[in-house]
Amino acid sequence: MTTTTGVAAATGAVGSAHTRVEGRDKVTGAARYSGEVPFAGLTHGWLVLSTVARGRILSVEAGPVLAMPGVLTVLHHGNAPHVETDYLGMLGRPNPIVGLFQHDRVPFAGWPVALVVAETSEQAREAAEALVVQYDGEPHDVAFHSGRSDAYTPQDTPMVRAETEKGNLEAQLGSSAVVVDAEYTTPEEHHNPLEPHAATARWDGGRLDVIDSNQGSSWVASELAQLFSLAPASVRVRSEHVGGAFGSKGLSPHQVAAVMATTVLRRPVRVVLTRRQMFSLIGYRSPTAQRIRLGADADGRLRAFDHQAHSLTSSVHEFVESSAVLGRVMYDADAHHTLHRIVRLDVPTPTWMRAPGEAPGSFALESALDELAEKCGIDPIALRVRNEPETGPVSGLPFSSRNLLACFEEGARRFGWADRDPRPGLRREGRWLLGTGTAAATYPSGVGPSTAAVTAEADGTFTVRINAADIGTGARTAMVLVAADALEVGPDRVRVRIADSDLGPAMIAGGSTGTRSWAWAVTLAAKELRERLSPGGGIPPEGITARSNTAGAIGALTEQERHSFGAQFAEVAVDVDTGEVRVRRLLGIYAAGTIVNPLTARSQFIGGMTWGLSMALHEEAIRDLASGGHVGADLAGYHFASNADVPLIEADWVEDPVPGDPVGIKGIGEIGIVGVAAAIANAVWHATGVRHRELPIRPDRVLRAADEARRRATGGARSA
Amino acid sequence: MREFGYERAFDVSGAVALLGSDPEARFLGGGTNLVDLMKAGVERPALLVDVRDLPLGGVEFTDGGGLRFGATVTNSDLAAHPEVRRRCPALAQSLLAGASGQLRNMATVGGNLLQRTRCGYFTDINKPCNKRSPGSGCPAVEGEHHNHAILGASAHCIATHPSDMAVALAAFDAVISYETADGPGELPISEFYPPVGDTPHIETALPPGALITAVTLPPSPVTAHSRYRKVRERASYAFAIGSIAAALDVRDGVVREVRLALGAVASRPWRARTAERVLIGGPASAEAFAAAADAELAAAEPLAENGYKVTLMRNLVVAVLTELTEEGSR
Repeated sequence: MTTTTGVAAATGAVGSAHTRVEGRDKVTGAARYSGEVPFAGLTHGWLVLSTVARGRILSVEAGPVLAMPGVLTVLHHGNAPHVETDYLGMLGRPNPIVGLFQHDRVPFAGWPVALVVAETSEQAREAAEALVVQYDGEPHDVAFHSGRSDAYTPQDTPMVRAETEKGNLEAQLGSSAVVVDAEYTTPEEHHNPLEPHAATARWDGGRLDVIDSNQGSSWVASELAQLFSLAPASVRVRSEHVGGAFGSKGLSPHQVAAVMATTVLRRPVRVVLTRRQMFSLIGYRSPTAQRIRLGADADGRLRAFDHQAHSLTSSVHEFVESSAVLGRVMYDADAHHTLHRIVRLDVPTPTWMRAPGEAPGSFALESALDELAEKCGIDPIALRVRNEPETGPVSGLPFSSRNLLACFEEGARRFGWADRDPRPGLRREGRWLLGTGTAAATYPSGVGPSTAAVTAEADGTFTVRINAADIGTGARTAMVLVAADALEVGPDRVRVRIADSDLGPAMIAGGSTGTRSWAWAVTLAAKELRERLSPGGGIPPEGITARSNTAGAIGALTEQERHSFGAQFAEVAVDVDTGEVRVRRLLGIYAAGTIVNPLTARSQFIGGMTWGLSMALHEEAIRDLASGGHVGADLAGYHFASNADVPLIEADWVEDPVPGDPVGIKGIGEIGIVGVAAAIANAVWHATGVRHRELPIRPDRVLRAADEARRRATGGARSA
Repeated sequence: MREFGYERAFDVSGAVALLGSDPEARFLGGGTNLVDLMKAGVERPALLVDVRDLPLGGVEFTDGGGLRFGATVTNSDLAAHPEVRRRCPALAQSLLAGASGQLRNMATVGGNLLQRTRCGYFTDINKPCNKRSPGSGCPAVEGEHHNHAILGASAHCIATHPSDMAVALAAFDAVISYETADGPGELPISEFYPPVGDTPHIETALPPGALITAVTLPPSPVTAHSRYRKVRERASYAFAIGSIAAALDVRDGVVREVRLALGAVASRPWRARTAERVLIGGPASAEAFAAAADAELAAAEPLAENGYKVTLMRNLVVAVLTELTEEGSR
């Protein structure tokens, strides 16, 4: 059961609940996803992935496969057209995995080595599975842990600052009355949206036309243009409906394969990834090993703060899981140090996965805060109140708005926190031990330049054109509401067109920036349009269109710490016989600026919290050291929360005005997941008296930890 | 995918004849496991013989209070049957503990018995596996095995049997009936799944081409006081990391009869006969239950990552037998 509470704003479209404008199409099946759009003469491509984790391709034995029924071509490094990977895209250099079939090197298990194209999907798959590829295998190394001597500190990038440092850490630790020093680990985790990655490409009147499922059509179009050395205007990418993305749907091998094949065959080509292929082709969250050292006065005031986060990347591309960024926003201390270290292994390149950095980082940091509260003998919420900073702990900049404590106050009231006995291991109900826990959440509120056009039509309606991506969030509906308020008309008079690169450039749906970025552009264009519409004046048949571009306004923003905040609460039950952990309820209270559509916003918060529950208890990709690949890479083997694991989740928000901000919207895509795993782990400690610093908190780990705790308590006299 | 033939059979002899002796033919029940394995390339049948329309969908009672159910009864229907729930609650509970509602609506009794292990090495054709490809090796021994066998395994294979239903059937001495071209036959469940030894690819004692037609539970009053408990890593849609089917008859504090089978610990449902022997005639106390569990688990050979199962199974035996004792004395 899922319940939510709260009162919608009484005026305006923004702030009141609206069902999705495309909802009927989606539930009736009328909405076509990228793998479903029909084309005359469509052909089907199937990717073949490497079975060795490192080495060189000796041969691709295409001959026998070309003789199979329906097979049209086999593309591989020996015959593939050139693609240009030496460029700087919107998010930096492209991941070399999109330089498809350009050489014979294999850097990890599951690297694309060939594409088989056939008349039907079944023929392509059968031929792809029959294709013999010979390798010269080399020893591989996929073992991740924090003690690796080849770990290094990455260079700063516009995305991630590797290290920050102030004060004398060791001195402050030495003079602290209370010290927490612990290592936390999170496993390799995968975003596997329900809709697999799928693209259909064709040449249409001299233009490349791609039907895709992605988080930004302008972005993918621009990358494809650069890869294939095409004029930007000659590439069109559409992504009408997206069945989930979570950071995984940018440029991937499937689009490149489809474009390459349609260029060779001059027929439409569709490439759809299988669930198993997604595990090596679309990125994932790196495992992390994080050491946290906190030094505090007896009353909990932090003197020393140190967060060192290790993660991995591939041998071909650098990605940093920025787990240590959280403390730069959350907690100040006299000495403050945050550091990222990475190691290159023979594995696929990780990527952004919902709340990159903050999700694993908050497990470690918010668990450590709970350990500090225990050691100081003060309430975990009181500890956070005591350490609430005035300004950015590292930047010194003011916060645009920071209502973290209001989240804790409201959450504590609703959750019944005041009645909590802080002592662990006391509450028992039959075979279950019960406990509660809390954690803070935060995520940056970013923004990116966008263009929009708003047209007043002759029939009295309005058309909004913004190249947004609705990846299941309700973005399309949110833009209707934003435009309606900006135009001061009812939402029923507004139609919105999104997800087409021909609409002009706009920010991607990523990093919780989409709604803020697009709403800004739509509002500016609507304002401009209203100024041009003369009272009582007529509208010509082609309508009147106003356009906007937020690049200048974004550049003029003052420097501030801009973030959403939240407080997570969890109650768990732990079976003393079996080690099973079940969550009984979750409550998340957020301060995230203006909430555009309470209906879909709750959905996003609850979705994030459910993911946090999965992260705490279930999610873990197992990498097989011998083969370098995964074991159980499918949705039966890779566990995430089932409905039965999610009994009661509530999400709500507090008022969070952002003074002087031109938009007031902060973005809510990520923050729901942040802190949830820590709140659950803290609740497991409260239930059992045992700290779990390794995710997921599986039954075997709970049983082992309980055994070890018992052994310690009895002086090691008894064995398991 | 590979093209395959599909035939629907309407009577048992017709089904057996259609399959013939073709090693590349498979009977298709609910398809909840076979179709997945076909997608993964683990199974590549040339012919599927659909047996869902065979007249094997009945649940009947045998003389003396036994239970006989056909091979095509769905897991949902068997679990919901009032007499199954009354006479053998552990069986109904084991079925409901499996898979999801949608899968149980499709899955059949015959298919449930014949489902393959979910070992991640078995289901990945790019990895070695002695069960799938005899002689290729067992990477689980040195690799991922936190949910693998602790009892009766061999160096050739440490995979577990995935069925929940079969654990309940093992506790209650089910007999499996089958049909072949040469006539019908029967196997007690204790002989149905052979020891893994050096032949992990031989998963049942069924003769080639045999079609399971029915399962019979012999009369046994103790089954009415029974329970199935499954431990898994999420609340639904996960295979067991440990499970137990137990029935108990206690009079005046003394164990008169006990049935005990353990799941997810071996290549087959593990009938805990050693524990049963220790318990019979002794006190129904937590200490006695623990001692019986220890006697059974003395044979356990845990690997680096699955030793917790010894603790888990011991705890489960004590917990479930204690619950049954307390309920029986009310």
